[in-house]
Amino acid sequence: MSDAAVHAHQHTEPTGFIRKYIFSMDHKVIGRQYYYLALFSVFIGMILSWLVRFHLVWPAAHIPLLGKLSPNGAPGGVMTPEYYLSLLTIHGTIMVFFVLTTAPQGAFGNIFLPIEIGAEDMAFPLLNMLSFWTTFAALIPLLLSFFVGDGPPISGWTAYPPLSAVGSDAGPGLGTGQTLWVISIFLFTVASLIGSINFIATTLDLRTKGMSMMRLPITVWAWFITAILSLLSFAVLSTACVVLLLDRLGGTSFFIPGGLVISDKLQPHSGGSPLLWQHLFWFFGHPEVYIAILPSMGIISHVLSTMARKPILGYRAAVYCLCSLGFLSFTVWGHHMFLSGMSPYSAFTFSVPTLAITIPSAIMTLLWLGTIWGAKLRFTTPCMFCLGFVSLFISGGLSGFFLAQPTLDVYLHATYFVVAHFHLVMGVASMFGIFAGTYYWFPKIYGRLMSDSLGKLHFWITFVGAYCIFMPMHYLGLAGNVRRYAGFVDNYMTGLIPVHRFITVSALTVGAAQFIFLFNFLWSIKHGKVAGDNPWESTSLEWSTSSPPPFNNFGDRIPIVNHGPYEYGLGGDRDFVMQDDPALPATRS
Amino acid sequence: MQHKHSFLVALAVFALSSFVSAGDVSGTVKFDGTAPHMKPIDMAKEPVCQKEHNPPVAIQAVVPGPNNTLDNVLVYVSKGLPAGKTYPTPGQPVTFDQHGCMYNPHVTALMVNQDFHVTNSDPVAHNIHPLAKVNKEWNKSQPPGSAPIDAKFDKPEITIPIKCNIHPWMRGYLAVFDHPYFAVSDADGKFTIKGLPAGHYTITAWQESWGEQTAEIDVPASGAKTLDLTFKARPVY
Amino acid sequence: MGRAFAVVVILITLVSAYFFAAHTWWLPDGASSHAPALDEQFKSTFLEAGLAFVLSQILLGIFVWKYRDKGDGAKPKLFPGGAKGPVLTAFILVGVELVGLELMGSKVWAQLYYQQPPADAVKVYVSAEQFAYYFRYPGPDGKFGGMHPDKIDVSTENFFGLDKENDVDARDDIVTGTLAIPVNRPVELILHAKDVNHSFYVPEMRIQQDFVPGIEIPIHFTPTKIGDYQIVCTQLCGLGHYSMKAPLKVLSQPDYDKWLLEQAANQ
Repeated sequence: MSDAAVHAHQHTEPTGFIRKYIFSMDHKVIGRQYYYLALFSVFIGMILSWLVRFHLVWPAAHIPLLGKLSPNGAPGGVMTPEYYLSLLTIHGTIMVFFVLTTAPQGAFGNIFLPIEIGAEDMAFPLLNMLSFWTTFAALIPLLLSFFVGDGPPISGWTAYPPLSAVGSDAGPGLGTGQTLWVISIFLFTVASLIGSINFIATTLDLRTKGMSMMRLPITVWAWFITAILSLLSFAVLSTACVVLLLDRLGGTSFFIPGGLVISDKLQPHSGGSPLLWQHLFWFFGHPEVYIAILPSMGIISHVLSTMARKPILGYRAAVYCLCSLGFLSFTVWGHHMFLSGMSPYSAFTFSVPTLAITIPSAIMTLLWLGTIWGAKLRFTTPCMFCLGFVSLFISGGLSGFFLAQPTLDVYLHATYFVVAHFHLVMGVASMFGIFAGTYYWFPKIYGRLMSDSLGKLHFWITFVGAYCIFMPMHYLGLAGNVRRYAGFVDNYMTGLIPVHRFITVSALTVGAAQFIFLFNFLWSIKHGKVAGDNPWESTSLEWSTSSPPPFNNFGDRIPIVNHGPYEYGLGGDRDFVMQDDPALPATRS
Repeated sequence: MQHKHSFLVALAVFALSSFVSAGDVSGTVKFDGTAPHMKPIDMAKEPVCQKEHNPPVAIQAVVPGPNNTLDNVLVYVSKGLPAGKTYPTPGQPVTFDQHGCMYNPHVTALMVNQDFHVTNSDPVAHNIHPLAKVNKEWNKSQPPGSAPIDAKFDKPEITIPIKCNIHPWMRGYLAVFDHPYFAVSDADGKFTIKGLPAGHYTITAWQESWGEQTAEIDVPASGAKTLDLTFKARPVY
Repeated sequence: MGRAFAVVVILITLVSAYFFAAHTWWLPDGASSHAPALDEQFKSTFLEAGLAFVLSQILLGIFVWKYRDKGDGAKPKLFPGGAKGPVLTAFILVGVELVGLELMGSKVWAQLYYQQPPADAVKVYVSAEQFAYYFRYPGPDGKFGGMHPDKIDVSTENFFGLDKENDVDARDDIVTGTLAIPVNRPVELILHAKDVNHSFYVPEMRIQQDFVPGIEIPIHFTPTKIGDYQIVCTQLCGLGHYSMKAPLKVLSQPDYDKWLLEQAANQ
């Protein structure tokens, strides 16, 4: 019973509403809290994107509600250019941080990492609770920026100085709102750092007996590697945020050179470098986008295997790919800066690893295709989102080929081609990972299944609609359509407005379809079909416990792992072996 | 009958004299020397406004009128008003328009808390940024078709430059007074300050490139007073 | 459901590919000396990425159609050779493209950035500010006057802070809001940011470069077609970013000389 020491009760089950549901240290509750935060954030982010898309094609429209909410931002209901930019900035910030970094890792990772490795909870439950509430606290200044001073920041989620550092001289939207943004992001980095320590320690130390590293579900590998990326990259971002705050409020000039004249005023700064921020930001920013996609890649691999009734092709190869994606993501940050004024001799030092990183991405894609080959696909809603992910990842990844080459980037940088690329991989493919995970794990969390027909309706509109939104953006980019423009007036882009109209209509349609998902989610919590322990006939440890799991995940049982994570395809009635099924005689695991 | 006739004449004179407000100060602002060369404004970045000015409009640093007069000079009472006296804020707004990517009027004067009513008559967005140092500095955009902006300045300030962020050449000036004794010279250099009570005053004229000229004046209990102010011309780079 | 997915994916692929292949919305014709090489690289990349796109999506569609659970209790098939095939394929495909594209790309990049423009290039200072570009030619004396930030006065069109009173070299400098350059002659632009980050982008010229406050960045290219183009800002610089543009005129040498004289008269 020495194993009991490994699985000593981390904490006793709490009583009382506050300890159970608000300040809970139970990873399953915390994960759900992360999910609800992300769900709230994604709808805000989506509504912001509607306003942005709407303004691009109907700039003179009077939106009375907007005029009331923000008389400065939309006087008489007509959006000002700075308000457009602020909506864009908060859209990007909320989506990247509070949705794509929160839901796949903070939500699903928190709920299922401990269970999938056979642990009772995370290694540090108190830190876990703190990491959620710090994330929650980070959202507050961001949303508050809408209601203070001259509004939310307008410098984009990338916040390049000097624009983001010199304050209101550079225009409206750069005052208190920008300061609140920096504080918000700083708090978020702290939350992430705490969270990633938890994930790493838990994965290394709390695996149950028999759960070797090479028996971990790919989801766990993805969460583990993502946590390492978070630890290393968010540390750099938090430093950059502190330094930016110093420039804004402390009179320093880390990012601001001398001799700048803004609004006819000579700025009291000297000696700084705007490129320093770009290096710090993108050193974080590139691993960040892999933080956004790796968990989804893990979820897709995992769910696809279940739905295909086949082990994922090349488990080892997949693990090595995820590791190399993680490692290489730290070497490519300069591809965001080819034209930034950094030494042109550095272009190829970034371009070569950027092209090289397509190798593990291509391998993963071929592994998924190879998993589908010869499979026995069950077209459930989670399966559809997996298949959709593969298609979207191919599309989004291939546009990266163009952007990785400095010479082509001379033309494509800052055009809609870039917007198409990152939205397809992050905004859609990664979202599809979140959707797949939601439909797949919902029965485990709530004990009920989401409606499959509503799920499929949601899938089809979103899948086709997402292509309708983002595929045309490639064409816009090729025609030289510049991004982050509040309007296309008196320039060569005005002829492209009909394409923008098509995109806007698609965006509004896809947006509306997300309410089908929201309804399905909320309604199914109480009224969905009751799910058993293992409705998908899946092999990983979470499916060997009840739906929902008991407080300490496995009741009084300590799971012992005898099998790898993807033992499917055995033929016959029960075509799979669960990880903690008894060891089969003469079967090597 | 002679008495009745002269009585009627006296009555007419008295009636007429009541239309001439006591204490008007009028005059002309002039300059000595040659008008400096005013560079044409390059509006290439906004074709819609560029089209409105053919030939292009010159910078407004110095706007001469006929016979060496000066447009856009702010003339005001700088000394001599009784200390601590407050004057009612006029109810009517002062209008400020943006047309052809130029501010109209170029120099605007108003009283504290008087409504500063800004409109955009162009098909492009403008951005109004009064670079106030005493009053609160603000910066607002006005897309075409949006509502007019109404603002107030609650402290006297002479003068506040106004710029448009979007169109760098746009420049205007605003002067905020806590009394009503000010005027801006017109295209012929003429100005009138109305209704000044009798007394001894210093009048200041302010021109954006050439600074200030002052003059002392005694205003009678009734009747008009003429005052001409002259600036020495200097090149403007 | 799987069959529907297969059809939809293949349809989306073919429709998307059509619009790429038909050049319905496409790059404008190149108008600079390095444009043909850049466009060649585009073409190669398009062919490779396009092929990969169409093949992989069609494969996805075919596999999803074919490999559905028919409920007959049959065992799924493992991909022959396991992961070896995909790993090798990825390495070879990407490796070849990597080498090919990088080698190809380095020539154009070297032309733009490693090689210096010839001494007789037309040199123009470009100042980017919120939200317009201004251009400065050295004038007949061929010398640029010094820039003094404290002398900048936008209300008198002194965007470069020239001290015409005291600086002899500055007196004949020509400052305009339009960039005119002679055709078939290299032009060197010195990019100077007055306030925040901006960028210089002319799609037809296949040229783009950020302005960075604190650094003067030289770029050069040779225009090859007479015409009117637009310079637009691509680096977010504040509320008027969308409105920041300037005309670019590529003129014959005589027309350029005439234009320069006309501008000099306006200073």
